Amino acid sequence: MTEKQPNIQFRLDPRSGVAPYRQLVEQVQRAVELGRLRGGDQLPSVREVVTQVTINPNTVHRAYRELEHLGLAEGRTGLGTFITEHPGALAASATHEELARDLRRWTRRARAAGLSDEELLTMAQRIINRDQMVRT
Amino acid sequence: MTTPVLETHQLAKRFARTWALRDCTLSIPPGRVVALVGPNGAGKSTLLRMAAGLWRPTQGTIEVLGERADRENSALVGRIGYLDQERPVYQGFRVDELFRFGRATNPTWDMDAARAYVDQLGISLRDRVNNLSSGQQAQVALAMSLAKRPELLILDEPAAALDPVAREDLLRLLMREVAERRTSVILSTHALGDVASICDYLVILSRSRVVLADDLEFVGQSHRLLSASSTATPTLPDGVTVIGTRTSSREVTHLARTTLPLVDDGWQVSEPTLDEVILAYLRHETDHGVTPTHELDQVLRGEAS
Repeated sequence: MTEKQPNIQFRLDPRSGVAPYRQLVEQVQRAVELGRLRGGDQLPSVREVVTQVTINPNTVHRAYRELEHLGLAEGRTGLGTFITEHPGALAASATHEELARDLRRWTRRARAAGLSDEELLTMAQRIINRDQMVRT
Repeated sequence: MTTPVLETHQLAKRFARTWALRDCTLSIPPGRVVALVGPNGAGKSTLLRMAAGLWRPTQGTIEVLGERADRENSALVGRIGYLDQERPVYQGFRVDELFRFGRATNPTWDMDAARAYVDQLGISLRDRVNNLSSGQQAQVALAMSLAKRPELLILDEPAAALDPVAREDLLRLLMREVAERRTSVILSTHALGDVASICDYLVILSRSRVVLADDLEFVGQSHRLLSASSTATPTLPDGVTVIGTRTSSREVTHLARTTLPLVDDGWQVSEPTLDEVILAYLRHETDHGVTPTHELDQVLRGEAS
């Protein structure tokens, strides 16, 4: 039996502490950003994914639902899940670009000030946490 | 269909004077892959054997697929695939002989499926079981329980003692089955990494009791790490139950169950990993015999009030 090659090969790192469905979502996002997945591409079926990586099928469903929620993919009844047209526009929106530019500038300054990558991440994490508390 | 695959009420099992399981009340919806986690002797195998109808409860009730668990109920037994921790040894037999035995004893046996399973795994039907590796033996045993086409699989440490490749093959076979046939699975495991990747429902047993039973998605949402300076520890917000605490000379970190969004400031909030949550529950119950350090003692006293 010959099966067509999947257009994305998922990986799972059980030790990363990142929820498995998140890992799948991020891998699709990255593939789209890198242009490896384009609008109209079909994502592998749940059955195909569970033969690629040892993962619960419900987790794959959840990842695909999340991708739909993000506007990166769309489910077509009876056909499967597809990358939406112009997903790049979403990933590389103007705001996105601007934020990334700010972050790059900030990272350069932080490194110049002698912060290690770890300290830099701790600082970011602390700010995110504080922000989260203010919002709730 | 929303009949729970497993429903227990105040279930308990006693051997002589020792309670192997007590106060166990669970209701597990269908279509899940349930991880049963806990230290050795916590009651995992006891619960699974009662679910398979092999052991009778001392107290309480246990229903599987809507019927009282009972090995004499052959219609029910036919709907369940059960794999014991002590896998039965059919050393002298060939794989095809085992399969013929399976067909003779199971009305729902699917011979084509059974052959396809071992074929995928590179095992020949003419292989003798005692010539197979322990990993392959485990795979044959799982193939036998799958070929029954069960609605519920009960697996007691299915991947224990397997090498990494064999365990990967075995778990993938299992996940494919779940994807294609929506089989419900309850499995016990010590491998916490497996819990996050293959399971979507978590039951933690500790000292013969259920200490957590929930959807994995909800487990993640309902637990947080709260850290603060140990010299100026703020009071804990309402609606927070501390499961575990770690202290350094500078910092106190609680792993806590919260049902409300945290509004209290002064605590730095972050998400724990699933391993951290599980370990906190397992330690929570084992900490009793241990004398806490002075510092930890104070913290624990603070929580109790």
